[in-house]
Amino acid sequence: MQDIILEARHINKYFHDPVTTQVLTDVSFSIRKGEFTSVIGKSGSGKSTLLYILSTMDTDYEGEVLIDQESMANKTDKALALIRNEKIGFVFQFHYLLNEFSVLRNVMLPGLKLGKYSAQEVEHNAMQRLEMLGIGHLATKMANKISGGEKQRVAIARALVNNPHIIMGDEPTGNLDKKNSEIVFDIFRELTQEHNQTLLIVTHDQSFAERTGRILEMEDGKLISG
Amino acid sequence: MNKKLIISIAKSLLLARWRQSLVAAVGVTFSIAMFITLLGFMTGLNDLLDGLILNRTPHIRLYNQIKPSENQPVNAAAEFKDSYNFIHSVKAGITRQELYNSGPVMQAVKADARVVGAAPKLTAQVFFNEGTIDITGVINGIEVEEEMRLFNFRDYVTAGSAIDVKNVANSIILGKGLADILVADIGDVVQVTTAQGERFPLKVVGYFQSGIQEIDKVQSFASIGTTQKLLGKPANYITDIQIKLTDLNLAPAVAKEYTTLFDVDAEDIQTANSQFETGSSVRTLISYAVGITLLVVAGFGIFNILNMMIYEKMDSIAILKATGFSGSDVNAIFIVIALSIGFFGGLVGLVLGLVFSLIIDQIPFVTAALPTVTTYPVNYSPMFYIIGGVFSLVTMYFAGFFPARKASKVDPVEIIRGK
Repeated sequence: MQDIILEARHINKYFHDPVTTQVLTDVSFSIRKGEFTSVIGKSGSGKSTLLYILSTMDTDYEGEVLIDQESMANKTDKALALIRNEKIGFVFQFHYLLNEFSVLRNVMLPGLKLGKYSAQEVEHNAMQRLEMLGIGHLATKMANKISGGEKQRVAIARALVNNPHIIMGDEPTGNLDKKNSEIVFDIFRELTQEHNQTLLIVTHDQSFAERTGRILEMEDGKLISG
Repeated sequence: MNKKLIISIAKSLLLARWRQSLVAAVGVTFSIAMFITLLGFMTGLNDLLDGLILNRTPHIRLYNQIKPSENQPVNAAAEFKDSYNFIHSVKAGITRQELYNSGPVMQAVKADARVVGAAPKLTAQVFFNEGTIDITGVINGIEVEEEMRLFNFRDYVTAGSAIDVKNVANSIILGKGLADILVADIGDVVQVTTAQGERFPLKVVGYFQSGIQEIDKVQSFASIGTTQKLLGKPANYITDIQIKLTDLNLAPAVAKEYTTLFDVDAEDIQTANSQFETGSSVRTLISYAVGITLLVVAGFGIFNILNMMIYEKMDSIAILKATGFSGSDVNAIFIVIALSIGFFGGLVGLVLGLVFSLIIDQIPFVTAALPTVTTYPVNYSPMFYIIGGVFSLVTMYFAGFFPARKASKVDPVEIIRGK
């Protein structure tokens, strides 16, 4: 049990607006290091909600989330921000790059924020990630001057820059065409196989999920398999 | 590290919308420039108007008031001690206008560290004889050099030379108005009759123009020696000692002290000219009010622009928060944006304000009332620049405060899920 990276214990979540509805019911599972896990389910099944709870961005829930064996309960906004910065990498459906910055700078930002390494080292790391994902040649371009598929790869590089314990993805291929989706999937697979990176990807793409190591299926706020 | 990062992010956000940032900064620049110009000009004008009176007025004047004794003999009599005494027709007794012991008093006053200098003075009421007509006037006997040093006497002598009144025997500097009445040119001799009925010829060596017509029609100046001769008094006879202090605000206290110390009457400048104080403080207040209003308006401009920027940058804020920037980091970014607009806008504003002031300082301003002034007066006190600079930063901080707080409270989940 030593290598459990992420653990959810009896998570319940309610939406209160306009009427109180339960969106997550007693969700419990754990993810080990190096696992490539996908969460599938129909829209409204609560899979994204679950992801945002696990990511510490949503703190309004019952139950307990442990990242790296550490409970996320009762932590300040600042402490949670630090955990997101250091231990979690994000890839969203929409790329969310900062248009004011170059590609390289976008990737560097979380690393600079962490402040663990000097700017030169962060730049070196960021460059390495970009090259690993085959987009090293885009480093100096502005973030709004590259294609959608490239943007998503930059977002993955950004998620990787601090060597996070886990990468969470919310429909990372949702906005991409077949070809780019393949590229992104291949990157994810390579990350787990060659770098032993832990991944938790929310998707509704059945074919994507089937090729991952483990599938968690959700329905009506409950974990029904996995 | 973190600070540098926050500043660099703020800088990128600012420069990405440089046109908008420029508009905000120009607002600050304009208001600071106007603040500086307005205050400089207003204060310059204030100083000029105050100086008109205050520069020439001694901070403390020592003199002997001619007045009846407050302690009438009947009050001292033991048998009437318990009664209420009505005394009619009380007259001033044998008090003299002369200051007793004027020499030692002068010495003591000059030795006081709070005193810049002291100048003796005596006044003589005279008639100027213009043919058969007598015109009343006052001759002020002054120590010319001290008067020039302490009370800018030279500035008010518009024709002729001030020092001549000391160097030329039996000479006089006439008020411009008085000279016009007497039709006396420089070099002419005017006839003067003293209150004692003696007649003196005095040579006109200059004109004096104070800027206040009523004074110029009556006043004239001669050396102390000439005036003493006129009155038939000895060389130690003076009626006033005019004192200039290092700090004008000390005047009432020092005046009180001298009253008891030298047993004379002492009048301080605040009592003598209280209306000027009021006038200038109200004017200053108005200039500050206008300047600060300008700054507050500029502050609202920045508030708006920052608010818009936050709506535009919702996504960026969300992703910053998702990747580990805390609410206070986001807050700091927007505060830095606001402050840098305030700082750079304010800096240019200060320079521009100085330029405007310099331009105003060049505009000719000629008025008969103010012989020494040729251009509009401007005050360059560094205090205005400090206040302007500090206030621009403070206003911008508050303008940035609420937008920044709003940005720090953006919920990334809502933004990201909303897509």
